[in-house]
Amino acid sequence: MSEQIHHAFEAFQRLTLVEKTDQLFVFLKHLILVCIPESLQPLVSGLLSVVLIMSVFPGIFAIITVIERKGLGRIQNRYGPNRVGIPFTKIRLCGFGQFIPDGIKSLTKEDIVPRDADKIVHFLAPIVMLIPVLLAYAVLPFGKNMTVSDFDAGLLFFFAVGGAVELSVFMAGWSSRNKYSMLGAMRAIAQMISYEIPLILSAVTVVMIVGSLKLTDIVAAQNYYTLGVAHWFVFTPWGLVGFILFFIASLAESNRCPFDLPEAESEIIAGYFTEYSGFKFALFFLGEYLGMFAIIGLGITLFLGGWTAPVSFLTFIPSYVWFLGKMIGIVFVFIWIRGTLPRLRMDQLMNLAWKFMLPLALINILVAGIWHFMCPDWQRWLVCTAIIFGAYVVLGRGLMGNQKLGKRTYRFAE
Amino acid sequence: MLGEQIIKGMAVTAKNFFGSYVSKERLTTVQYPEERLVPKENTRQFPFLVYDGDDAEKGLRCVACQICEKECPPQCIYIIKSKDKKPDYKGQAQVYPITFDIDISVCMSCSICVEVCPFESIKMDTEFELSTDDRFEGLLLHKKDLAKSNSHYHKVHAQDAKDSDAALAVEKAKAEAKAKAAAEAKAKADAEAKAKAAAAAAAAPVGAPPVPTTPPPASPNK
Repeated sequence: MSEQIHHAFEAFQRLTLVEKTDQLFVFLKHLILVCIPESLQPLVSGLLSVVLIMSVFPGIFAIITVIERKGLGRIQNRYGPNRVGIPFTKIRLCGFGQFIPDGIKSLTKEDIVPRDADKIVHFLAPIVMLIPVLLAYAVLPFGKNMTVSDFDAGLLFFFAVGGAVELSVFMAGWSSRNKYSMLGAMRAIAQMISYEIPLILSAVTVVMIVGSLKLTDIVAAQNYYTLGVAHWFVFTPWGLVGFILFFIASLAESNRCPFDLPEAESEIIAGYFTEYSGFKFALFFLGEYLGMFAIIGLGITLFLGGWTAPVSFLTFIPSYVWFLGKMIGIVFVFIWIRGTLPRLRMDQLMNLAWKFMLPLALINILVAGIWHFMCPDWQRWLVCTAIIFGAYVVLGRGLMGNQKLGKRTYRFAE
Repeated sequence: MLGEQIIKGMAVTAKNFFGSYVSKERLTTVQYPEERLVPKENTRQFPFLVYDGDDAEKGLRCVACQICEKECPPQCIYIIKSKDKKPDYKGQAQVYPITFDIDISVCMSCSICVEVCPFESIKMDTEFELSTDDRFEGLLLHKKDLAKSNSHYHKVHAQDAKDSDAALAVEKAKAEAKAKAAAEAKAKADAEAKAKAAAAAAAAPVGAPPVPTTPPPASPNK
């Protein structure tokens, strides 16, 4: 056994400093694994990865809740939370200690279950929400050699477990025996199923070009540089459109503004989790954010080069830093959008999904095919850009066409 | 084209986001316990009792006339009159309140007590940080909590305090003038009476006994 440890150290010694920082966690895990009997290794390996994911991403969730409240405040010219810091001191940390009392509050609150609720389903819904969300993290490559379970149908697995979230939403809405919950759940189902189609179709283009459903292969296909700039798929015409479609659909999938109809506070209180309180509510909240991080992680992996650096001279920064940095950057854009756009109406939501995003995603698949089979020079750029731009203009007109925009006229009130 | 307005909207929010860090006048709120807004001239919260000078007991303007107690719409004032009297600012002997309680959990800050008070003694305060952990005793203000000096009144409502002082000065001057006039009249009457007496004495024959001005004491009733 000591020989194996020695080998591991020797292999680590041979790496350069940049590689050492990059592979630090991989090495530490390997070191722990060689110390234990071989029969237990798969179990411990899985456990280590799960513990790391279960601590890092909820930690990011805690920080993001504060950042979101502060960011929204600043957009509305307020301060946002800036009081709670380290207890019993005057250090305020700009309010970044806020998530601790928030967590304690939701842990100690009374857990109310409605008298007429379906108790078992009501209890199970938050758990059913959280488990598929956490499962989805299994296939994401967080860094170089940092994937929990790197199997061939990774992308398929991600979408398959992502589909289970809809079930939990409907369980919550149905079991609460509350009209608001029911309406919220109905809206959630309609919205999530509608937007899952453009989500998957925009991801299909990447699969067509790479020729693999394995997420590490998809990252590897983007991990080379021409003139110092990375070959991320977002820098191609089909990739850009695919990324934008994926982005909009992931906003809708994670129930974020402007697609927050399932939990519209001003219309249906909190939608499907109106009847949840205390820690179950916190679990829904956590599940929603973790789902958002997972789907952003997938978007990064598919279009933004996963853990790779955008330019070659920045490759000294560790790969997991790039992944988390990109993820938090996109979460900032989500918050920015939440502070900007008002909520869509139900018919607008459906029109956008079925009349604009679905046709554009289908045309994008065609464009990806053309891109793949044309010889790689400036002509394919021209052809692909022209097709996509034309489709965008025509579909945009179609979506806006039958609307009469202009000054609002009133029949009775003046 | 589709999406144009979204970009415009995003630019607006981005401008507000960064602007709030750069220019402080964008922020509409203040950091309350550390920063405070200057209260408006006519701010009012709950009533207090004004006293002149330094001694709250001696200088209290209230004369326990109980007009405010009777007029108070939610009946939050409770007064007990004293049996003895003490001189007020004019030097006139007046009754004073032994007990003067205001239940600020009942008070609705209507300021009717201030309007009806003829002695400029009850006024509205601007103090609003009155939270307490005892909602019964803590919100029942007694005379010693309510009594605040005239200089405090000048601090919270400068103009009203000036007007009130002027009104009291006029009252005092009037009272003094009246007292002076009364004293003068009395002195004059005394002088006249004296002169008359002197004249009568002079007119009467020398050696004659003076005319008795007062009747002889009546015999006690049986």
